[in-house]
Amino acid sequence: MTGGVERFPVGKIIMDNDAIKFFLSRFGLTTGQIDELLATALARGGDYADLYFEYRVGNGVNIEEQIIKSAVKSVVQGVGVRVIIGDKTGYAYTDEIAYDTIRRAAETASHIARSGGTNQVVGVNATPNAQNLYPVETPVSSVELGRKIELLRNADKVARAYDRRIREVQSTVVDEMKYVMIATSDGRLVGDTQPLARFGISCIADDDGNLQVGRSGGGGRVGIDFFDETLTPEYFGNDAARQAIIQLEAVPTPAGKMEVVLGPGWPGIMLHEAVGHGLESDFNRKQSSAFSGLIGQRVASELCTVVDDGTIPGRRGSLNIDDEGQPTSHTVLIENGILRGFMSDYLNSGLMKAERTGNGRRQSYKHIPLPRMTNTFMLSGESTSDEIIRSVKRGLYAVQFGGGQVDITSGEFAFSASEAYLIEDGKITAPVKGATLRGTGPEALKKVTAVGNDLELDSGVGMCGKEGQTVPVGVGIPTIKISEMTVGGTQR
Amino acid sequence: MKFDPTKEAAMELAQEAVKRGASAAEVIIRKRTEFAVGVRLGEVEKLKQSTDQGLGLRVLSEGRQASVSGSDFSRGAVLSLLDEAITLARATSPDDSMYLPEPADFARTIPDLDLYDEAIEALTTEEKIEMALRAERAAQGYSDSIINFDGGGLDSSNGTIILANSLGFAGEYSATSLSIAAVPVATDGIRMQRDYWYDVRRKLRDMDSPEEIGVLAAKRTVRKLNGKPVPTQDVPVVLEPNMARDIVGDIFRAVSGESIFRKSSFLVGQLGERIASPNVTVIDDATLKSELGSRPFDDEGLPTRRTTVVRNGVLENYLLNTYTGRKLGMKSTGNAGRGLVGAPTVESGNLYIEPGPHSPEEIIKSVSKGFYITELIGFGVNIVTGDYSRSAAGIWIENGELTFPVQGVTIAGNLKDMLNSIEMIGNDLDFRGSVVSPTLLIGRMTIGA
Repeated sequence: MTGGVERFPVGKIIMDNDAIKFFLSRFGLTTGQIDELLATALARGGDYADLYFEYRVGNGVNIEEQIIKSAVKSVVQGVGVRVIIGDKTGYAYTDEIAYDTIRRAAETASHIARSGGTNQVVGVNATPNAQNLYPVETPVSSVELGRKIELLRNADKVARAYDRRIREVQSTVVDEMKYVMIATSDGRLVGDTQPLARFGISCIADDDGNLQVGRSGGGGRVGIDFFDETLTPEYFGNDAARQAIIQLEAVPTPAGKMEVVLGPGWPGIMLHEAVGHGLESDFNRKQSSAFSGLIGQRVASELCTVVDDGTIPGRRGSLNIDDEGQPTSHTVLIENGILRGFMSDYLNSGLMKAERTGNGRRQSYKHIPLPRMTNTFMLSGESTSDEIIRSVKRGLYAVQFGGGQVDITSGEFAFSASEAYLIEDGKITAPVKGATLRGTGPEALKKVTAVGNDLELDSGVGMCGKEGQTVPVGVGIPTIKISEMTVGGTQR
Repeated sequence: MKFDPTKEAAMELAQEAVKRGASAAEVIIRKRTEFAVGVRLGEVEKLKQSTDQGLGLRVLSEGRQASVSGSDFSRGAVLSLLDEAITLARATSPDDSMYLPEPADFARTIPDLDLYDEAIEALTTEEKIEMALRAERAAQGYSDSIINFDGGGLDSSNGTIILANSLGFAGEYSATSLSIAAVPVATDGIRMQRDYWYDVRRKLRDMDSPEEIGVLAAKRTVRKLNGKPVPTQDVPVVLEPNMARDIVGDIFRAVSGESIFRKSSFLVGQLGERIASPNVTVIDDATLKSELGSRPFDDEGLPTRRTTVVRNGVLENYLLNTYTGRKLGMKSTGNAGRGLVGAPTVESGNLYIEPGPHSPEEIIKSVSKGFYITELIGFGVNIVTGDYSRSAAGIWIENGELTFPVQGVTIAGNLKDMLNSIEMIGNDLDFRGSVVSPTLLIGRMTIGA
């Protein structure tokens, strides 16, 4: 068996990274021990190893039937050990953060390597993060329960007062504070403190047995002031109730191809499904994506520039560093309709000999990093939303959606409207029942014939699932017009 | 000093909560060992193995409740979590229906449902890797059109659940599971397609062979090549079991006590009413030996049982836990679920539509023009209204025969109409999962193209 493990003297620790301080002191670890653990991971061979430390406190409180029904708190902690050799990954984790248990996990993970690899441990050197995207003064996690309960009561009151047909209202405030520390065999020691909060509300409208639902919510890597100043419980309460009441009048949706106008913000989920997943680098490295081999080709109309950007302050999908310790970045995916790049993690950027983009994310210390999105959106264009709607003779105007899904190999994607209207002779007319819109990734954006000047990011509610892992994400889009999309209605 | 993850310790902790001021408490402990190997093109791509455990603690205090969870089993951490829970509970509102089940309702015996398989535990890493590779090899060998793989491998797990409360209930059970999947990619020269096949069971002896899984995965993938849309129209739709199970999942959400008491279901107020064709009987049964949805007691400690949800088209029972039962003036059906943290939810056991008399071939033969669906994309099902709209792929049926592959269309309707127009039910019920169905023929849905 070739290769020993090279080690350099322990570097100087720059202790202005709170998260690193937190882990090392709370769990009694030294950087020397971290180097030893990385060396253990690479003892059988391998090109690279990393340790992902996580300590996360999560809270939730909810109101329903006008009473505070439950309050929850969870504490999650652990370390994941990863070993990479070539294109192979070995992984193990422990929920006990202590030298011995991490060492056992490292030994387990090391089995991926039979021999070979460059197995170098450079010796970690702590560095501060270049970005500080969420310098939150009063994280929602630090706020006492009474304050959160106030938010819930305010939303509840507004929703119920909106219309006497609003029957059931439930709201939640969910928040967390996550400390992470990442140590890599190529010498990185970085950490981050990641706040996250989300307000959610749903209402049932009941008009003599006609039941309809409306949902709203928002948040981000924000403090409690976000809910006083930016998006208030009153706004959410009103928005959810409004949607439920509108749905009471909704008529069946047409079936078949229609001209579709998407409103700004959350309808950006179309991009997430149509091109987002298909542009994750693992699928492209393995050539299983419908976008494989299309770099430099036209995949959208020239009005479309789509980016993934993890550097936007305070956003749900933003991160100072990804879950492999790489700073996030602004990545141009599609530029004026031409495919320019993929979102990459450590493994795939190495295999594709491409730049890392800071898109290596994992749901928790129990999960292997994958290329994932951060905030994915289309840049603003020149038209106004009024112009766009006026230009449609007969079409669908969809402003709110539930979720979506995609098969990245065929490119088939679908996303489901929860608030949509007919456009008739350039005017918004009847609300229609929610219907699924579908398309094919590399083709769908070629039919974008107008892009508005009103880019909005979503309010901060996105969860993305891939291979059994969910991560928080953001989406966004300006008002856009698509000349043709299949609408899954019932009306022929 | 460590808190032992045992039944006795869980019971003691529940009692300690009462000593510290709670009126009642529940403790849940979950231990799990998981193993996963991902393979690709004849090699191991990912190898993961670990064990973890977690503790959940829920305290009630005169109708107020709060719950906490953690994985630090040191005594100090556990007791500190307990104190937090008691403090948190004070901030919530009293809820008349929020108290533990009656002591008489708890499971008195813990039946052995044979959920644990030594044979799975005995499999070595090398054996598991080889099984995953065999499935892929079989898929590759099926056709030259198979050019790649995207995912696929083997997962195995074994876990233990311990539940105890301050009213004296304490129970424990362990279960294993194994799954193998192959995800081949094929090309028609212009466009790629992928599909998959899998098996998942609690017992090794119940598993399809890796070769069967691989070959079927490849067949399904190759069958998708050159798929094209059909025009917008209304036609009968045949759902293969792997798709029909989604309808059963939709039925579950509609009959779950959580949806019903919140008036968030199209089946609100429909008990005793006809809600499906007379040939439709839906059963929930968590007592079946060795099946994935089985457990000896629910997540509140009540005995599990067989419940007829729909009998010959008539809605007979909602699926309930204690809380939702109380909100509806009914008894729990032994369907409590829960995460480590939070109040009990409602969970199905093994939920299925009873098989009918027809083979899937007979069902297809009976359709002169229709859509045999093998893939559904998107989450466009509104359980409040029953509105249904999803993207679909499959095979066009012409004169009772499967003809060309269809892709790039939507199907839409409303679950109320769909359930009432289930015209034929297959005899091919297979417990490949905990929510399952035979082949179903639905009289009419709208294809959007």
